[in-house]
Amino acid sequence: MEHTIAAISTPNGQGGMGVIRISGETALETADKIFSSISGKRVTEMKGYTASFGQIKDGEEIIDDAVVLVFKAPHSYTGEDVAEISCHGGMYITKRVLRAVLNNGAVPAQAGEFTKRAFLNGKMGLTEAESVMDIISAGGQQSARAALSSLKGRLHNRIDNVKEELLSLAAHLSAWADYPEDEIPEIDDTRLLDGLSKCRSELSNLLKTYDAGKVMREGVDTVIAGRPNVGKSTLMNLLSGCERSIVTNIPGTTRDIIEETVMLGDVPLRLSDTAGIRSTDDPVESIGVQRAKERLLSAGLIFAVFDASMPLSDDDMELLELLHNAPAVAIINKSDLENKIDVDYIKGKVPHTVMISAKTGDGADILAYEVGEIVGTSSLDASQGILATERQYSDAKAALKSVEEAIAVLKAGITYDAVTVVIEEAINSLLELTGERVTEAVVDKVFSHFCVGK
Amino acid sequence: MKFLAGEFDVAVIGAGHAGIEAGLASARLGCKTGVFTINMDAVGNCPCNPSIGGTAKGHLVREIDALGGEMGKAADECFLQSRMLNRGKGPAVHSLRAQIDRRAYSTRMKHTLELQEGLELRQAEICDLERTDDGEWLLTTRLEAQYKAKAVILATGTYLGGKIYVGDVSYESGPDGMFPSKYLPDALEKLGMIIRRFKTGTPARVLKSSIDFTDLEEQSGDDPIVPFSYDTDEPGENKVKCYVSWTNERTKKVILDNIGRSPMYSGKIEGIGPRYCPSIEDKIVRFSDKPRHQLFIEPCGLDTEEMYIQGMSSSLPEDVQLEFYHTIKGLEHCTVMRPAYAIEYFCADPIQMNRTLEFRDLPGLYGAGQFNGSSGYEEAAAQGLIAGVNAALKILGKEPLMLDRASSYIGTLIDDLVTKGCNDPYRMMTSRSEYRLILRQDNADTRLTPTGRKIGLITDARWEKFTKKQERISAEMERIKTTTLSPTNELNSILREKNTSEVTTGIRLIDLLKRPELDYACLAPVDTSRTETDNNVLEQVEIEVKYDGYIKRQLMIIEQVRKLETKLLPVDIDYSTIDGLRLEAREKLGRVRPDNIGQASRISGVSPADISVLIIYLSTLKNKSKGEDV
Repeated sequence: MEHTIAAISTPNGQGGMGVIRISGETALETADKIFSSISGKRVTEMKGYTASFGQIKDGEEIIDDAVVLVFKAPHSYTGEDVAEISCHGGMYITKRVLRAVLNNGAVPAQAGEFTKRAFLNGKMGLTEAESVMDIISAGGQQSARAALSSLKGRLHNRIDNVKEELLSLAAHLSAWADYPEDEIPEIDDTRLLDGLSKCRSELSNLLKTYDAGKVMREGVDTVIAGRPNVGKSTLMNLLSGCERSIVTNIPGTTRDIIEETVMLGDVPLRLSDTAGIRSTDDPVESIGVQRAKERLLSAGLIFAVFDASMPLSDDDMELLELLHNAPAVAIINKSDLENKIDVDYIKGKVPHTVMISAKTGDGADILAYEVGEIVGTSSLDASQGILATERQYSDAKAALKSVEEAIAVLKAGITYDAVTVVIEEAINSLLELTGERVTEAVVDKVFSHFCVGK
Repeated sequence: MKFLAGEFDVAVIGAGHAGIEAGLASARLGCKTGVFTINMDAVGNCPCNPSIGGTAKGHLVREIDALGGEMGKAADECFLQSRMLNRGKGPAVHSLRAQIDRRAYSTRMKHTLELQEGLELRQAEICDLERTDDGEWLLTTRLEAQYKAKAVILATGTYLGGKIYVGDVSYESGPDGMFPSKYLPDALEKLGMIIRRFKTGTPARVLKSSIDFTDLEEQSGDDPIVPFSYDTDEPGENKVKCYVSWTNERTKKVILDNIGRSPMYSGKIEGIGPRYCPSIEDKIVRFSDKPRHQLFIEPCGLDTEEMYIQGMSSSLPEDVQLEFYHTIKGLEHCTVMRPAYAIEYFCADPIQMNRTLEFRDLPGLYGAGQFNGSSGYEEAAAQGLIAGVNAALKILGKEPLMLDRASSYIGTLIDDLVTKGCNDPYRMMTSRSEYRLILRQDNADTRLTPTGRKIGLITDARWEKFTKKQERISAEMERIKTTTLSPTNELNSILREKNTSEVTTGIRLIDLLKRPELDYACLAPVDTSRTETDNNVLEQVEIEVKYDGYIKRQLMIIEQVRKLETKLLPVDIDYSTIDGLRLEAREKLGRVRPDNIGQASRISGVSPADISVLIIYLSTLKNKSKGEDV
C-alpha cells in the first residue's frame, strides 16, 4: 500500500485561505479523524465532489473552522481518494492543520509527489511526464543540498549522537547474537535501558526545539485578557507601537477581537486584544466576553493584565483561576501608580508575574524575558541545532516512538531479537535523512567495535 | 591435441560446496550435467573449519534443505557434535551448528555425485572457456579435452589463481596443497569479466596426542539434537568434545615482535581479507587493548588425530607460528601437523550478475560461492543451488528462480551481492536481514519448500511430510484459539510461579502463550486437550503467537517492498539518457543494472527522488509501448 500523503497546497505566507491536501487510500479516514462537521456527517460517508463545513481538531484541541472537500478515486487530481481542507490562511493555522493530519496517519508529501501520483494514475498525458521528473529531481536536489548543508550543521550532530548511541546498542546486540562464541561483553537490560532512555530524552528535547523553533519562525498565538479597563489596549499599543485599540476609560470599549503581530524580544507574537472578562448584562458585550474566554483556552500564550492601583476584584480572581497551568504571564499594569494589589497572591497562582507600566513602557524587557521562558525560546540555543522542517520533525518523532516501544518491549521481557528489530526501526527513521541503510550501518559497526570471528 | 570429449547441458567448474549443490540441482532437474574438479579427492572438502552451520549460516543450511539441496542431509550424516547456538536469545537468532567429520563429509558428497543420475564427475583442470558461434560454451582441460555446454557455472573457490602466503614464502597453490587453477583467470578476463583478488586464511592443525587437555574447558553438544534436514528423523548422537583455550600476553608479544614478517603487514598480499574472520595478528593489532583472545580446539574427524585451532588463523612464518602456538595453555608442546596459511585468489565482482547469478553480459555463464565474493561453505552451497537451478530452468525454458530478501537468507545473500557488491569476502549474519523475525531457522520449510516443490526438487514423500506438518500447525493454532482454560488454582499457581498475573475468568490458551513468561512446557499440566507432540510444530506455533505483533509489522513492510519489486526495469535501459536522474544515480544504476525498482532503491547513491524519476520513466515506457500497439 502506498502511503497517504499530505501537504499545504497554497503558497507559504499570509493569505486569506489555506488548503491542506490529503491523498491516498486512507485520505478520507485521516480527514475524518480530525474533522467534525456541523451536519454530523462523517468525511468517510461523503460523496465525491461534495463539501462539508465544520471544525478541525487535533485530539481535544480545536484548531480552526474549515470546509472539507471530498474527491473520490479516480475522479481527483491524483486519481486517488483526496480530501482538501480549506481553513484560514497564514503559516500558523495551515501548519497546525497539517500537523494534525500528519498525527493521524498521513506522511509529508515529497516534492512533486501529488503530481507524480497524478501521472502514475493516468491523470496526465505523456508530454507532461518529463516536466514532472524535473520537478521531482529539482526537489530531490534541493533536499540533497539541504541535507548536505545540515550535514555539517549542529542539528546533524545532535541527530548523529542519538543515531550513534542506537547504532552501538544495535551493533552490540548483533555482535552478541551473531558471534555467540566470541567474547562480546555481556549486554543486559540496565545497559540497554540506560542507552535507550538517553535517546528518548534527547529526542524529546529535539522535538521540543521544533515547537520553540516554530514559535520563532511562525510566532505564537497570544491573547491579552483581563477585566475591563486594566490597560489591555494600552499594553497592545505599547507592544505594537501604534494605536490599534480604541483606548478610553469606559469599561467594555473593546468588543471585537483585534489582531496584531508584534515582535517581543526574539518572539513574534500574534496578539489579540479581547473584550474584558467580566459579568455583564449587556447582551452584545456578553457575547464578546464569552468569545474572550474561548480564545483564552485555545491560546498559545496569555497575557493576563491586572491593575496595580486597585485591589483584586472578583473578575480578577475568576481570571486567575482560569490561568491554572496555562501558558500565562500575569502582567500587573500601572506600576507607575500606587500599589494596592496583592502581588504575592497573583504570584502564587501564576509563576510568571511582571510589574509593568504600559503607559511608560517600564518593565517591557522583563515581560520579554518571561515570554521567552514560557514559550521555550530562552532555553533554545539555535546554535545547538533545532528541527527545522516538518519532515525532520516527523522522522524524529517516528524515532522517538520506536525508542519508546523498544523500552516497553524490554520491560515486558520479550527476547532481545525483537528489541533489536525495534531499535533498528528507530535508526531507520533517523537515517531517512542521510539515505544510509540500517543493516549495513550495524554490520559496519560490529566489525569496527568488536573483535569477532574465527 | 584438442578433441571433443563430450557435451553437457550444464558444466560446473569446481566440486566444492557450491559446485556440489549446483551439479546436483541441475542434474535432478533433468539436465545433463558435468562437474569438473582439479582433484577427485577434494570433492566437498572443508579446507578451513570442520563444521557446518553457525549463526545465520545454520539458517542458510536449513533453507538449502527446504529447497531440496544436499548440504543439510550430508551434515546430519557426518556430524560429530551438534549445538543450537543462541538458545535464550530469541527465536530469530537460534542457529544450528555441527562439527563434522571432514573426510566422511567429503566422501559422502563425492559418492552422492557419483550416484546421481544425469551427472558425470570428472577430474580435470579447466584452462580455457570460450563462447561458441552458436551461443554455447566450450571448455578446454589441461589435457586438451574439450566439452561443449549450454551453461557453465563457475564455482572455483580459492583455486582460481590461488597463491599461498606463509611469512616470506609464497607460491601458487590451491587450498590444502592442491593445484591451483592457473589458466582460467586469463580466459575469464578475455571474456571481459571484471575479476579481482580476495584473501582468506586458515589456522594450524595440531596432533591431538600432543595437546594437554587437563586444564582446558570442555564443550559438549546438545541433548537432544536438532538435525539440519527436514528429512532426518533420527538425529544421532554427539561423538566428540571441543575445547576452549586463550591467548595471553606472551602470545601477543611473540606476534607483535614479528609483525613485520607478516605478508599482510609488509604489503605483499594485495587481496582484501574478510573483516569477520581476522587472523590472530589482525585481532591483536586492531584490538590491542584486549589482553587475551579465545580459541577453540576442534576434532577434524573420527579417524584422524588432527585438531583444528579455531580463532588462530595466521600468515606469519612457520617458526613464528610454532612460537606463538606454544605460548597457549594446552598447546605448550603441541606438534603442528599443518601450519596456518593465508591464501589469495581471484573472484568476480558480483554486481556483474543478476539475481539468477547469471552474468548479464555473458548469457549462460553463472557464478557461485567464493567466486562471487562470498565466504563460507554455507554461503557457497546456497549460491550453488540457486545457480544450478537457474541454469537448468533456463535450458528447460522455464521461469527463473529469484528469491527476494523477504523470502530467505539466501535471497538476502544474493541481493546483497548483486546489488551492493562486496568489498571484502561476504559472510552471512542475522543482522544482515531486516526481516529476521520472519526468516527463522524453524520455519525455513514453511517459507521455501513450496518453492522447492514448484521447481521440482522436492520428492513426493517429502512433500507429503511437509503438507502434513503444515496441517498440524494450522490445527494446533486453531486449537489454542478455541481452547479456554478455567481460572483454576492449578493454573493460577503456575502463573504465580512464572511471575505473571493470575486470572479470575476463563482465558484462551493463545492469550496465555502470548505472555513472554509462559510456554507450552510450563502449561502442560493444565493444557489437557493437547494431542500434538511434535516439538517442531509446537515451537513454530509458540513463536508465531508470541511474536505475532512484530511478525505482522515485518509482514507489512514486506508487502510494501514487494510492491516495488514487481515494478520490473528493462535490461536494456540506458540510464545515462534519463532526464532528472542525478549523475551519481545514473552511474550506479548503469553499473548494477537492477532487475526492479525495489532492488534499485537499495543501491547506495540512489536517492528516493531518483526512484520517483525511475517509476515515472517506467510508466512513460509503458504508455509509449501501448501507443505503438494501437
